[in-house]
Amino acid sequence: MTPEEQFDDLMVRDQRVEARDWMPEAYRKTLIRQIAQHAHSEIIGMQPEGQWITRAPSLRRKAILIAKVQDEAGHGLYLYSAAETLGIPRDEMMRLLHEGRQKYSSIFNYPTLNWADVGTIGWLVDGAAITNQVMLTRGSYGPYARAMIRICKEESFHQRQGYESLVTLVQGSDEQKAMAQDALERWWWPSLMMFGPPDAESTHSAQSAAWNIKRESNDTLRQKFIDATVPQADYLGLRIPDPDLSWNEESGHYDIGPIDWDEFWRVVKGDGPCNAERIAHKTSVWDEGEWVREAADAYAMKQEIRAEVTI
Amino acid sequence: MKDGWQLWEVFVRANRGLSHVHVGSLHASDAASALQNAESLYARRGEGVSIWVVESHLIHAAAPYEDNSVEAGGKAYRHPTFYEIPDEVGHM
Repeated sequence: MTPEEQFDDLMVRDQRVEARDWMPEAYRKTLIRQIAQHAHSEIIGMQPEGQWITRAPSLRRKAILIAKVQDEAGHGLYLYSAAETLGIPRDEMMRLLHEGRQKYSSIFNYPTLNWADVGTIGWLVDGAAITNQVMLTRGSYGPYARAMIRICKEESFHQRQGYESLVTLVQGSDEQKAMAQDALERWWWPSLMMFGPPDAESTHSAQSAAWNIKRESNDTLRQKFIDATVPQADYLGLRIPDPDLSWNEESGHYDIGPIDWDEFWRVVKGDGPCNAERIAHKTSVWDEGEWVREAADAYAMKQEIRAEVTI
Repeated sequence: MKDGWQLWEVFVRANRGLSHVHVGSLHASDAASALQNAESLYARRGEGVSIWVVESHLIHAAAPYEDNSVEAGGKAYRHPTFYEIPDEVGHM
């Protein structure tokens, strides 16, 4: 078998591809794009929640939020490592992110305006992410799939802490309940957009499906998320901001109203509420950290010289 | 040339999709023979689809913790079961 036939055979038998296997250039490129975007999302995703660490309402919530943001840093690092197995250096990914040539999930271009946003992000944004990531644990590229298994285990904590925080909040004062309602209204539609454009308009989906990178369509995953989430909103006594939302007896799913895809594309193309702020913060932190990277290098060099002297 | 044979650590991937797992160590004079020995010693019944060997002295190890957990306990809130989720809302 030629390497190409071997690769095709792996696809047909639904086997995993490993880092040293031959793979088509387009497969490699698609994975680099997707894994880098995923890694960047974890890293940029630390910002909206991180802003609330100093303002968390109790020590318990603060400790939980720190642990969650720390997990997101960790998830970013698992994913950068997975991308590196495909031959792209980490510094290169950083540069492409800072130059706006690699993207991150648009959901993180929305602001966190009140404390309820933190719980709502855990519930909806992490909930949507899990729906997508469970599928990715069965993807064809071994290092990516293994990173996703680790991440999914940790994400469960993220969603549950968010939902629990909201259960507590809606049992509070009218103002606290109103905060939760306000957060749901702002995060609901962007969360549904996280699954990407409708199947008919999704440019990458067909090839990714053929390569077992994407095993379920955007619309299927979105529907799965909606069906799981609506009863959770009901339990909280919160109203989902969609007048067309209704249970469809025939299909056994919830029907929703139209999604504003113009908004989605606006935010993807850079014109969301926080796009500029997120990248400005990321690049400034990178620049401010330059001396730390230099110091680490200098220390390593010194250790090396000392070891040589001892020998 | 080095004096004597090196100690090598052996890692085997049981199947595609799984990580390489440490299975043991062996002596060999160079990487090629280490790989060959590893196959004979640790994978002669088809235990793996891929083998890695690493010179043992290249592995740096953290000091072992007494309770066997590197990031010690006391932070139960890192675990999903710390949170009470009502049965009515389904699996989360």
